[in-house]
Amino acid sequence: MKLYTRRRIVNAIALTLSVAATIFALFWLGWLLWTLTSRGIQSIDLAMFTERTPGPGDSGGLANAIVGSLMLTGLGVAVGTPLGILAGTYLAEYSGGSRLATSVRFVNDILLSAPSIVLGVFIYELVVLRSGHFSGWAGGLALALIVIPIVVRTTEDILRLVPASLREAAAALGAPYWRVVVSVVYRSARVGMLTGVLLAIARISGETAPLLFTALNNQFWSLDMGQPMANLPVVIFQYAMGPYADWHDLAWGGALLITFSILLLSIIVRILGRTSNPGN
Amino acid sequence: MSSGAEIAEAGIAAMDPAEARAGVARRLRRGRIIDRWFARLTWLSGMAVLALVLAIAGALLVGALPIIDRFGLDFLASRHWNPVSEQFGAFTSIVGTLVTSAIAIVIAVPVSLGVSLFITELAPGWLKRPVGTAVELLAAIPSIIYGMWGLFVFAPYFADHVQPWMNDRLAGVPGLGSLLTGPPFGIGVLTAGLILAIMIIPFIAAVMRDVFEAVPAVLKESAYGLGATTWEVFRTVTLRYTKAGIVGGVMLGLGRALGETMAVTFVIGNSHELHASLFMPGNTISSTLANEFNEATGQMYTSALIALGLILFFITFLVLAVARLMLLRMRAGEGKTS
Repeated sequence: MKLYTRRRIVNAIALTLSVAATIFALFWLGWLLWTLTSRGIQSIDLAMFTERTPGPGDSGGLANAIVGSLMLTGLGVAVGTPLGILAGTYLAEYSGGSRLATSVRFVNDILLSAPSIVLGVFIYELVVLRSGHFSGWAGGLALALIVIPIVVRTTEDILRLVPASLREAAAALGAPYWRVVVSVVYRSARVGMLTGVLLAIARISGETAPLLFTALNNQFWSLDMGQPMANLPVVIFQYAMGPYADWHDLAWGGALLITFSILLLSIIVRILGRTSNPGN
Repeated sequence: MSSGAEIAEAGIAAMDPAEARAGVARRLRRGRIIDRWFARLTWLSGMAVLALVLAIAGALLVGALPIIDRFGLDFLASRHWNPVSEQFGAFTSIVGTLVTSAIAIVIAVPVSLGVSLFITELAPGWLKRPVGTAVELLAAIPSIIYGMWGLFVFAPYFADHVQPWMNDRLAGVPGLGSLLTGPPFGIGVLTAGLILAIMIIPFIAAVMRDVFEAVPAVLKESAYGLGATTWEVFRTVTLRYTKAGIVGGVMLGLGRALGETMAVTFVIGNSHELHASLFMPGNTISSTLANEFNEATGQMYTSALIALGLILFFITFLVLAVARLMLLRMRAGEGKTS
């Protein structure tokens, strides 16, 4: 009986530690969100959305950074999504498990896990050095490099879930294979594919590192993709590292805005994810 | 989908059977041509991904050539980093990257084990999903937010309350004594490692949860049937069955920690010196890049930073390769004793 008691005690300790670990993890989430809300909420006002980023001692908002972030994210998604979907289609529909496809899959995983700052360095060498200046194009392309592997992965995974009987039924009606893919496979997998794109948007909208030496920043209103472009993450970085209290306030406001947009997106992705299985 | 129906309609509507047959043949031919081009387009996109990664590796290598030419392998081993006299060595950055990631792994792995044990075995049904979602939200928060919070909220608290306490308690302890004591700055290598740990918990926990759920229920039930406690089943059945998968998950988390930039840049202090104490400021490859790339003047300085990027790319590639190997091995070994 003594051994039994000891085993039960060990069990109780282990399970308590497990609960403690969970509380530990959730504690940080709570602390982070509390900090963000309590410090950021005061700077969220109309001026934040209508005025441009201020210089030292000025007052202002984040309007140009918000617009810039939307444009850079838009470019990243516009470039990355078609390429990602087509490459994912290749892997799921056309490759037939060849060795080449295995390499593409592995290389895609490398891109997926590559540190985003390294992607920034690559675009710097490729675009910024050649064109001679920082630009919105460079920033958007750096973000596209993050979008591509995410979309490739989710597209392949979701297309593989489409039952083969659907493809066979369409083929039996005499449809050529591209029609089978576009009108049957894509259609039944579209929620899942959309989930992948939303996931990619959530990933890139907070990315700072790849923008530091591609899009840089711009204190002024500019919609010119050929020029350095203001964007929320880099503005937050510069204002947070800056010496002025009102810069810090604006940085917290921007941080709150970005985080809650991303959390909202993530929750939408999860809700979509529950209904995205094309087998149903 | 519609083309089958259209072909049939065309067949019915056409008066002349020969003309109808020609129409069908035309459609078939057109379908085959588009088919070929669509297949080529997808193939091309796949190759574009392949080419992209090769181009990244190639461009980094080319950018790093001047430094490789000048310093060779000394670049890896040298501790000196002085842009003014053009002395460049990657040693402190590499050590900083490895040390902060090691701290993160040491903290995050047991916590992730506990979290995924809780979610898969202990939590009542209604609690599983909310807790799982909340832990995953930790991964959705951008790293710059962790950095700001670390610098403005966590570091001051750490300096005022935790570090003095550690200095009092750990000063005489052999081994830990010199590592975990020092001036209470708040920011430093230890703080960076701690924040990295919080950031990678969701990644490791997600993989662990998936592999734990892949353990066949019948294995666990037979252990329960022999009278094992929950913990014993976890330790002797689940952990043993999922060993390779767990290592894979840890490696994925490690890959994240190695490449993480903004959070570390905010809190590590950015100093090119090595110290025995983890309380002291340091740097990592990514924080050096984030801090200095835009200010780098001169070919050598830029080349040194690109070379750092190449090293980081290579390290994360190695870690990913190991992670993939382990996850594959687990899938291959499913159902066998290992």
